[in-house]
Amino acid sequence: MMALDISQNKHADVSMEEKDRLFAEMKSDDRWNHVLNGCYECGICVASCPSAKFYDFSPRIIAQAAAREDTDLMYTLMSDSVWDCSQCFSCDRCPRENSPGQIITIMREVAVKNGLKTAKEALQGYGRIIYKIMLTGSQVSPDMLQPDAFPDWGTHVYEIADNLEDWRKALPPETLHTTETGWKIDEKTIIELYLIWHMTGVMDLIEGVDEGLYDIIVDVMEEKLEEAGYDDITFD
Amino acid sequence: MLHLPILKAEDRKQVIDPANAPKEDLREELFQLEKEGELEVIRVPEPYMELTTKFGRKKKIPVEKTWHHKSCGQCGHIPGYSSSIFWLNREFGLDYHDPTDQTSCTAWNYYASATSNPEAQAAVAIRNFASAAEVGYFPLIHCGTSFGHYKEVRHALVHQPELRRKVRAIMEKLGKKLVLPEEVVHYSEWVMAMKDRIAEKQTIDMSNITATVHPACHYHKLIEEDAIYDSEIYGAQRSAIITGTLQALGVNVGDYSTWFDCCGFGFRHILVSRDFSRSFSVQRKIEVMKEEVNPDIVVTHDTGCVTTLDQSQFAGRAQDRKVGLPVMSDSQIAALAMGAHPYKVLQLHWHNTDNKAFLEKLGLDREKLWAEFESEVSDIRAGKKEFMTWEDAK
Ligand code: SF4
Ligand code: SF4
Repeated sequence: MMALDISQNKHADVSMEEKDRLFAEMKSDDRWNHVLNGCYECGICVASCPSAKFYDFSPRIIAQAAAREDTDLMYTLMSDSVWDCSQCFSCDRCPRENSPGQIITIMREVAVKNGLKTAKEALQGYGRIIYKIMLTGSQVSPDMLQPDAFPDWGTHVYEIADNLEDWRKALPPETLHTTETGWKIDEKTIIELYLIWHMTGVMDLIEGVDEGLYDIIVDVMEEKLEEAGYDDITFD
Repeated sequence: MLHLPILKAEDRKQVIDPANAPKEDLREELFQLEKEGELEVIRVPEPYMELTTKFGRKKKIPVEKTWHHKSCGQCGHIPGYSSSIFWLNREFGLDYHDPTDQTSCTAWNYYASATSNPEAQAAVAIRNFASAAEVGYFPLIHCGTSFGHYKEVRHALVHQPELRRKVRAIMEKLGKKLVLPEEVVHYSEWVMAMKDRIAEKQTIDMSNITATVHPACHYHKLIEEDAIYDSEIYGAQRSAIITGTLQALGVNVGDYSTWFDCCGFGFRHILVSRDFSRSFSVQRKIEVMKEEVNPDIVVTHDTGCVTTLDQSQFAGRAQDRKVGLPVMSDSQIAALAMGAHPYKVLQLHWHNTDNKAFLEKLGLDREKLWAEFESEVSDIRAGKKEFMTWEDAK
């Protein structure tokens, strides 16, 4: 395991102005003041944290850096550590009512929004999931259970993959006979979801982290939106 | 590994005192915002049941007219989880709606990749809530992730006028209203509220079964004031969810020292860094349960928890770790207690761990039951029937 290197100016190639700007973006988030109230350094968050048990990772360091407004260290943490977090929110038991996990959510969002190289790397291999959720409205589908995707889940994945179509038909709820989505989802519902992604700027986020994936998603969406009668999808 | 002593409920009790609740009752602000024309509140339909929350507030749990907000992970990979919930509703003759105008909450992706933002997440939630309101049903949330996320979305929308304004504008473009439910209700709360009625219809004795319980982090750690507690269970030091249901069914619930730990799911880890998920769930959960309780079964109430605790044991076995515990949801156990078919309804063949010993301990003829399911599949393969129906699953 790589030790977490929090030495000063680790990312010397990035200017302090840029680090300050990214921190200011985090701080301007509406949630910031609800999730950070200073820190006792008590370590209760670390004791509850699953990621701290298996990675060189500490929610206390994150809360401390955020409270001290150490923009240099915050940049280091958002470039690495934040992707170790399990987002379980066990750290919400903080006596100061901090939520290091939620600070991390904000840090990740800023990293993605600004297309940080490390965010792109962290999301490598994740395109399939983003593709599924954005285009089908169902993040997990039966046809994702393929042995090459889950070799560590053993032979039963082969059995499921081999019997998939028939086992889906042998499910009593009528909505569950699907293989490409978790359940049967209306076309109109999917269109509404596409409109939400466009209106909320999520498409721009995807473009920032994975342009190839963005192009594929836009192609499919535009065709479906056009079929549904939406020629112009500019929203302000 | 260092194991902390297990806190015995009788040693220390938390006094539930609603008069001194440190957290607000969000519903008061919700109804105030409704009066001001900011949003509409979906009322819990009558008749409803009541359960006690962490700080003593009574939470309304609908009996019926429920709109089933399904879970992508349950429906996709452990579908017997959802079919057991529907089966229970049908056995009680309750009116429910299984919508096709529903998307995932998309929170799994959000917690994993951050490729979204609060406006999008809130809009997805409200689109689903509006869909429930349009057909006159009340949302019942199947997934622990969706449940935690929707509690947060509701909290944020009540406290952030700017977020409300943005989401209202999006909903207007979709021809929908900004609606929020009076309560965010998880299916396991419905199961718990129905526990005595389930026990009345119980046909399978479970008194020789010992279980360990794993509660979902996003159920009881996020917006903790909305989780169910009971002074008779763990002295109200911990959530009574699942444990209360199992005890009503006569199951012996064994306690273990890493109860509070998460399952190792990690959102992104289960997809792209499974070494962490596997190690955590085996070393911090399954092995500790085995060592301290050696239960017949692990019962949990969330998509990610069933998936991680069940699927991770395969690799653990390959490394000679102390694994080998079947994992099921409380809905599956409740349905099984009432006589549901282990394969046609509980769909246990989608689970990874071996449940043979567990079913046999309950006196069930596993081979015969599997043959019955296989016969349904053969009929489908032979084109004799298109699907297995609820009637066939009886
Ligand atoms: S949310 Fe992240 S930082 Fe907090 S306890 Fe969970 S893994 Fe640790
Ligand atoms: S629990 Fe809270 S106060 Fe204690 S170290 Fe963690 S963030 Fe700081």
